[in-house]
Amino acid sequence: MAHPIRTTLWYLLLTAGAILTLLPFGWMVITSLQPAATTLTATTTWLPKSLQWLNYWHVWQAAPFARYCLNSLLVTVATTAGELFTSLLAAFAFTHLRFYGQRWLFALMVALMLVPGELLLIPNFITLAHLHWINTYAALILPWLASPFMLVALHQAFKAQPQTLYLAARLDGASDWQYLWHVLVPINRPIITAVALLQVIGSWNAFMWPLIVTNTDALRTLPVGLMTFTSDQGTNYPLLMAASVCVILPLFILYLACQKYLILGVTASRLKG
Amino acid sequence: MLNPTPTLKSTLKALLYLAPLLVLTAVFILWPLLNAFLICLYTKYNYYTGHVGALGWANFSYLWHDPVFHLAARNTLLLVLVAVPLSVALALAIALGINQIPRLAGFFQTVYFLPFVTSTVAIGLVWNWIFRLDGGLLNRLLNLLHIPAIDWLNDPHYSLAALIIVCIWQGLGFNIILFLAGLNHIDHRFARAAELDGASDWQRFTNVTWPLLMPITILVIVNTSITNFKVFDQVYVLFHGAAGPGDADLTLMVYLYQKFYVENQMAVAAACGVVFFLCVSALTLITVGYFHHRQRQLGGR
Repeated sequence: MAHPIRTTLWYLLLTAGAILTLLPFGWMVITSLQPAATTLTATTTWLPKSLQWLNYWHVWQAAPFARYCLNSLLVTVATTAGELFTSLLAAFAFTHLRFYGQRWLFALMVALMLVPGELLLIPNFITLAHLHWINTYAALILPWLASPFMLVALHQAFKAQPQTLYLAARLDGASDWQYLWHVLVPINRPIITAVALLQVIGSWNAFMWPLIVTNTDALRTLPVGLMTFTSDQGTNYPLLMAASVCVILPLFILYLACQKYLILGVTASRLKG
Repeated sequence: MLNPTPTLKSTLKALLYLAPLLVLTAVFILWPLLNAFLICLYTKYNYYTGHVGALGWANFSYLWHDPVFHLAARNTLLLVLVAVPLSVALALAIALGINQIPRLAGFFQTVYFLPFVTSTVAIGLVWNWIFRLDGGLLNRLLNLLHIPAIDWLNDPHYSLAALIIVCIWQGLGFNIILFLAGLNHIDHRFARAAELDGASDWQRFTNVTWPLLMPITILVIVNTSITNFKVFDQVYVLFHGAAGPGDADLTLMVYLYQKFYVENQMAVAAACGVVFFLCVSALTLITVGYFHHRQRQLGGR
């Protein structure tokens, strides 16, 4: 590098920022290994004297976390898979089929991307309440299966494929259905993975909607269950931190494994829209 | 194209592919969208029986005269006005840094993006612990610097600052990724040409990078503003379901939640949602308008 001093300054700034970013995570892990049920105060040592791995076991026993985990997993998988299914079909239709009102309908979907979910919260809740669907898996999953954002992102990707590919497949005797699942989906795997990952993160971490539509432990997802656990445990921070680690860790691992796709998803979602 | 013009048959076929999305969109996006604008006009609305007294502007005039709503609007605005510039400036600086260094760029990118994949509720609990008066990390660090401890979460002078810190921390990574993508899009030949012409680093930044990065910057500003307009989870977790000392951290979304879920005033909450929607839409439209204006300018040259 031409400017060693300037480069060093950049490294210092970036390292300082990285430490500040990681600090809460570090503090969380350290606290999770402190002895539980003792009140932590300013006089408590910074690092635990002996590592209390049993805290993690106690958390698992103190609240139905296995149930919360299962619910979160189910809601995340069902939402993501369902949303991919509806969006893939529709994106294919918008790309390769011709129908009346096509432009008009697409413009509508683009416009709907701008509608914030918060505006739909109350009317959707009322709809579900009148259907007696509050506190069901349907309430947690169904409202999120239509995503204009995912449709538009996939349509952009599908449009980039040459039309001749579609013609060639059709001439070889492939049906539209076969073309979609055996050609279009495999060659667009990166972008499909990317939008799916964004949805997985959104569903796993979603809080306000599950908070509103669930009211028993049998249906609570991890974030809502964690809040319930908090009101039981008060300021038993070692246990709370151990529980937080359990909620955060799965997505950490997923992120480290699929970082490339996630960044593709973020940039694709914002730069084109 | 196999079928350049639509026919009845091709339309029916397309409908088979579109049906799942269209039905769900109609039920869970379009219908509630129309409904939201109706509910906010309901006066004397009985949610349990579905009985509507009359239509009118009463809910909006309620908001107009409600000091709690004023407080929520003020807090949200303050949050946006402080958090957005700080967040955008920090993200830009970090992105420029990552773009400049020869090694470890990938590592820093990974680290800075971690908060984006983190559950707000889980990390909110951690922040609640960090901000605690007795034994919290922040006060321990302040203590090392001989600064007296601050009761971040119970002192109304500091509790909004605590929320702002959490919001910036969580939003930074997303903005950095957008800025990095923008920086990668800039043609390196511009910077190289400026360098050959003898421009200093700072001149290169102000005259080449900054103007070329403008579209991304505006996108990031609008995006961050909208995100901070919507803040709810952070408040709920930091203050265990309350809105901070003396409602000092009451945001628009928390107000909406309280009216809707705690006080069962559906129509007032819906009106609050509509006000929120209009604010966010205005912000988006201004941006879109600006981009069109710029494109026309560039095209006119």
